[in-house]
Amino acid sequence: MADWLPLFFLGIMGLALLVYIILDGYDLGIGILLSRAEEDEKDQMIASIGPFWDANETWIVLGVGVLLIAFPAAYGLVLTELYLPATLMLMGLILRGVSFDFRAKAKTQYKQRWNRLFALGSLLAATSQGWMLGAYVVGLEHSAVGMAFSAGIAVTLPALYIMLGCGWLIMKADGSLYEKAIAGARWTVLPMGIGIFLLSIATPIVSEVIAAKWFTLPAAIGLLPIPISTSLAYAAIVWVLWQRRILDAGFGWLVFVCLIVICLMSALGLAYSIYPDIVINRMTIWDTASSPESLRFTFYGVALTVPMILVYTVFIYRIFSGKATKLSYE
Amino acid sequence: MPFDPFVLARIQFAANISFHILFPTLSIGLCWILLYFRTRFTLSGDKDWEYAYFFWVKIFALTFALGVVSGITMSFQFGTNWPGFMERAGNIAGPLLGYEVLTAFFLEASFLGIMLFGKDRVSNRVHLLAATLVAVGTTFSAFWILSLNSWMQTPTGYTMNEGVMMVQDWWAIIFNPSFPYRFAHMLVASLLTSAFFVAGISAWRVRDRLDGPATRKVLRTGILMAAVLAPLQIFLGDLHGLNTLEHQPAKLAAIEGIWETHSGVGLTLFGFPDEEERTTHMKVEIPKAASVILTHSLNGEIQGLNEFEGEHPPVAIVFWSFRIMVGVGMLMLLVAWYAAWQWWQRREENPLLLTLLSLMTYSGWVAVLAGWYVTEIGRQPWIVYGVLTSQEVVAEHGSGMLLSTLIAYLLLYGFLLVSYLMTLRYLASKPARSLLTLQQKAQEAQTTLGSLHTPQEGL
Ligand code: HDD
Ligand code: HEM
Ligand code: HEM
Repeated sequence: MADWLPLFFLGIMGLALLVYIILDGYDLGIGILLSRAEEDEKDQMIASIGPFWDANETWIVLGVGVLLIAFPAAYGLVLTELYLPATLMLMGLILRGVSFDFRAKAKTQYKQRWNRLFALGSLLAATSQGWMLGAYVVGLEHSAVGMAFSAGIAVTLPALYIMLGCGWLIMKADGSLYEKAIAGARWTVLPMGIGIFLLSIATPIVSEVIAAKWFTLPAAIGLLPIPISTSLAYAAIVWVLWQRRILDAGFGWLVFVCLIVICLMSALGLAYSIYPDIVINRMTIWDTASSPESLRFTFYGVALTVPMILVYTVFIYRIFSGKATKLSYE
Repeated sequence: MPFDPFVLARIQFAANISFHILFPTLSIGLCWILLYFRTRFTLSGDKDWEYAYFFWVKIFALTFALGVVSGITMSFQFGTNWPGFMERAGNIAGPLLGYEVLTAFFLEASFLGIMLFGKDRVSNRVHLLAATLVAVGTTFSAFWILSLNSWMQTPTGYTMNEGVMMVQDWWAIIFNPSFPYRFAHMLVASLLTSAFFVAGISAWRVRDRLDGPATRKVLRTGILMAAVLAPLQIFLGDLHGLNTLEHQPAKLAAIEGIWETHSGVGLTLFGFPDEEERTTHMKVEIPKAASVILTHSLNGEIQGLNEFEGEHPPVAIVFWSFRIMVGVGMLMLLVAWYAAWQWWQRREENPLLLTLLSLMTYSGWVAVLAGWYVTEIGRQPWIVYGVLTSQEVVAEHGSGMLLSTLIAYLLLYGFLLVSYLMTLRYLASKPARSLLTLQQKAQEAQTTLGSLHTPQEGL
């Protein structure tokens, strides 16, 4: 068997989910924040995500799709176990996706209602995703400790999304919304930091397997760059946020970039902790990989299209770069 | 056993896919129609076509959003409801779904942003290109998903290895025997549904004098599309039926309501199939017609349901769904040709015609759903025809859990469908921009005239 194929797909799946968390993270974050904005600010917030949200959301379809293609048994197991949070997440995604369009097209008297559903849907999706992530890390076990851990991620992930949303708005917004984005980021950065810190401590406690991987010697040293660069990125965010000069000079993107570093490092840490299992303690990637012919056939597709997707994604972000202007179909 | 988890899981899946298919059907058709408007404008510079584009692109955006979110639900449903399906058939279903994500979803979702909001940021060329890519993307979507669905109906190109299906020949899998028919029939269904949708809403606007020449151009486009596609769809449907006879004789027997295998079979137009007594009550039939249509010979033999006792689908629902689809198809043909005739006579503002067309706005949806029920329920008890039954692959959730999520989904979908229809009505009832500017101009220039009426003649 071509041994590298399951690894390749594992990498693509990880990449897709990481890109998803960053990209849909900022637009879900903005969705959650919507309830705290004035009417014209809302339009600007929506305008800043309008051209992107649909493609952003497609990354989770790819992530789940690769799980299904490459590790079908794991796909079945994970989604059966996570049936309830997955359903809630889907309902959240449905609500926010349609409210986005309805709010601009329905009668004006209904606009408020769609705004509220937009915020509610975003929050529901973010929270459920956090819960699912937590349940996945503890190996889909229904113990009390596991539940507490999931609950912890269920509040931390929305905080991260809100930070991403603020970071995005710092780049895309101006006027009062820009001010609000900075204020929002200053408020959220501490709770988010505490959340990530506590969860990093909790992870080896809830999972012996992970503890064993982290605290054996050569590995522990090799892993050091992860906490170090996460802390540096965090410190940089705090520093930039309180330096108006830097923000106003157009370096607001530093916040977003440092958040990306944090996401990337957490993803690497998680990947290291879980590998080579696909569901901790239950199945490894080698147990569940699809047949080599199926993987090879899909490999050609991935190798051909994923670079193209990346190129046109960058192209589209460039077309809509700069401060967001009012959205119009005409 | 209404609370059997298996039944609930099926109802839930059926509810989700039925909701999903409503929107892709329209967006596959609408984006080609939009591309046509946009191209006409680019070639002729006629502002009416641009206006038509702006009006319909809003409706398209809303439709597309509903399609996307319900589609995301679908891609999780295989795992949440049919985990066994992926374990057993994942080697085949996975890559097909994967190609859909890679070649279709990213394309349409990414370029949609430019198509909707990018007009001022890119050249007309790039904008046209974006619209083309979205249209191509939606069509690719249909290609891959229908390939998978057709493979589930007529599986070929695989081998079995300890209960798991393995790929033998991708070409045979993708282009399986029922795929060309299903793909063609579904694409034409999308275009036809969209043609009636566009014509229906425009007819309503013309009748209520809400718009000027652009609406009339759209109306004409819809009518001509429908007049050409309606007969084509009936022809394709007939070919599809012959293909079903060859590969799924039990489904065909249920469609036709034939119990005993015999020759010179009559075509049942109407009746009440009864599975207990294994007969059709109050049958109205055309002698020998079924044999003629299906075997092209007066005395051709057709297998009846009794050959498949215990292994055929529920008869009445398949039988009736089929008649609803064909009935709508025939009605579409009549209305489309009548409309085309009136257009030929330059009488397309005949009030009877406008009323008929606006009543038919959503007729495509009815036929599409009915058609899918024939296909999917007619395949029972199999999920992969002749290989794997649905019962074998269902997830083991408690019925309480399934029932509560099912109710939640139904409420959500009901709410969204009502909102969608109300919003369409609201968008359609806004007077056209051409009228508005006239009013506004009048308002600005006036004001000796006390009251402003909507002009009787459109612009
Ligand atoms: C606008 C929609 C529309 C219209 C007017 C028709 N159909 Fe249809 N039909 C569909 C939309 C559709 C569909 C929803 O697209 C289906 C479900 C699966 C598929 O591929 O197409 C379908 C399935 C379907 C099948 C099921 C085959 C199978 O699964 O084995 C048959 C035999 C026909 N059609 C035949 C017809 C005939 C004889 C029609 C003549 C009036 C007709 N259809 C009109
Ligand atoms: C898009 C329009 C479609 C509609 C309206 C539709 C409708 C249905 C319905 C009503 C059922 C339930 C059958 C029963 O319980 O007797 C069903 C089952 C199913 N369909 Fe479809 N279907 C559609 C398309 C598809 C496609 C494209 C696929 C696959 C790619 C698919 C795969 C399935 C599966 C896996 C089941 C569940 C197993 C079963 O009960 O047979 N369907 N569908
Ligand atoms: C069980 C079967 C199906 C699954 C799992 C599925 C999955 C999906 C997903 C995940 C999306 C969202 C893509 C995005 O993020 O942009 C989507 C949208 C779409 N699907 Fe489906 N789908 C199914 C059935 C169908 C069928 C039967 C058709 C058409 C024949 C179809 C055509 C489309 C199209 C054209 C879109 C784009 C959005 C839109 O047009 O509204 N799908 N589908």
